Amino acid sequence: MPLSWLSWKLTSLTRLAGVRRAGCLILTLLASLTQAEDILSFSANPDLDASMVRSGYRFLTPETRSLQDDDFANPGYLWVDQGRQQFHDSGCNACHQEGALTGAATRYPQLDPELGLINLEARINQCVEDRLERPALKYESHALLSLSAYITNLSKGRPYQIIVTGAAEPHFTAGREYFFSRRGQLNLACNQCHDDNWGRMLRGDKISQGHPNAYPGYRLEWQTLGSLHRRIQDCDTGIRARPFPPGSTEYTQLELYLAWRARQLGLESPGVRR
Amino acid sequence: MNTIRLAVPDKATRGEIIEIKAMIQHEMESGHRPDEYGRPIPRFIIKHFECRYNDRVVFRAEFFPAIAANPFLSFFTRATESGTLEFRWIDQDGGVATELVELEVD
Amino acid sequence: MSVSRRTLLKTSAIAMGHWLAPLPAFATREDANAAIIATFGDRPLQEGRVSVQIPAISENGYSVPMTVEVDSPMTEADHVVRISIFAEENPIPNVAHFELRPETGIARVQTRIRLAASQRVRAVAEMSDGSLWTSYTFSIVTLAACVL
Repeated sequence: MPLSWLSWKLTSLTRLAGVRRAGCLILTLLASLTQAEDILSFSANPDLDASMVRSGYRFLTPETRSLQDDDFANPGYLWVDQGRQQFHDSGCNACHQEGALTGAATRYPQLDPELGLINLEARINQCVEDRLERPALKYESHALLSLSAYITNLSKGRPYQIIVTGAAEPHFTAGREYFFSRRGQLNLACNQCHDDNWGRMLRGDKISQGHPNAYPGYRLEWQTLGSLHRRIQDCDTGIRARPFPPGSTEYTQLELYLAWRARQLGLESPGVRR
Repeated sequence: MNTIRLAVPDKATRGEIIEIKAMIQHEMESGHRPDEYGRPIPRFIIKHFECRYNDRVVFRAEFFPAIAANPFLSFFTRATESGTLEFRWIDQDGGVATELVELEVD
Repeated sequence: MSVSRRTLLKTSAIAMGHWLAPLPAFATREDANAAIIATFGDRPLQEGRVSVQIPAISENGYSVPMTVEVDSPMTEADHVVRISIFAEENPIPNVAHFELRPETGIARVQTRIRLAASQRVRAVAEMSDGSLWTSYTFSIVTLAACVL
């Protein structure tokens, strides 16, 4: 029996019954089952066609888009404002002139000779510890989110400028592998939703391509601003895989692959997402 | 300290009706959500908002848990004279956040 | 390929478990009416003059943009005194009260609200002559804030 028909039938039934999350789960489970037969055919793992790249912004309703576009009402700017204040209060501006960090966020994740592959959050913490001689800020803390949101916002509209070759290549390969590896009880890989099924409906939501360019971003579901790694944790939790901690090497490598995959998109932070 | 964002025109002509936007960083914890162990997270919300124009209340709001996190408000008032607009948010425990903005009217 | 009966049963069992998770109690239309009476007293409500604008489809119930507007000259003699918002199927029907003055000039307020389900959002406006006006707008919430 064609499983696509069954999954359609089940989703419409659950929708009719007003069941909140069950339909979503059944659909994802069935999607994973229907694709089991393709397991050999996608072993070649083609990357998302560059001409097909679309920001998550394009998968939002007009209301959510206009919330992101509104420089006042976009709640993410509360963190940007706070980050700017912190940047001055804690003495970051002793080294970095106003505006000198414009474009900096586009170059992360990057390879540091001592620390290995690091993202912007790790770079901020290196500064905090080595230059400001203060304890590192906790990942996902208000202070670190504010600083990273402020610094990333300075690169708004600019495309990624990351390096994925040379010494960075093993990290890039590891990140790419993560993206194409099935994991969790639902046995799903990132690409099964975000390469193969973007634009289709997962119950009430349109599946996006899973780009990182909104983050640090304000997610309506979180009702707050969060990092890309928190967002990835939500995906891993969604497929019932054990998430890695934010700031982990695994997620930073995945971040490198995601940045490369989205390379022609402009940074939108603070983006607004569902 | 909760971050506050205000949008008020710097200048207005006498009698002009101006739009005021105000937003404050606050989780507006509804009291309906369970934590990861299924226990209810206690309610913590901003309850009152007030805008005073040269010490006269021109707009007031009372919030319930159904106001979204990081409460946003837009409302209007008539510019009558140069002076100070005072914005005040009061949470359920009496905690207060305020900010002042000068408005020039000619 | 085929799906074994066991796999399908397992699938359904997982889905059912999720489905049966407890949800907070929701208010009803009667609760909303009671909240309106508690706010304004048991006085006649007239349809009209006030409007609630919310999207027909809200993709996330945690943050729904709302504009409430009242048709009023906003003069000393004839103005809006108060606007109250009620979400009929939220755990608590009250959403917000707004107090206006003649110098408010334009009786329009915007905010962002939470909706726990697809439902009617009602506004009640009290005028300076004591009359009460009401209307509602329906919104379908695709990701209902089941945990608000």
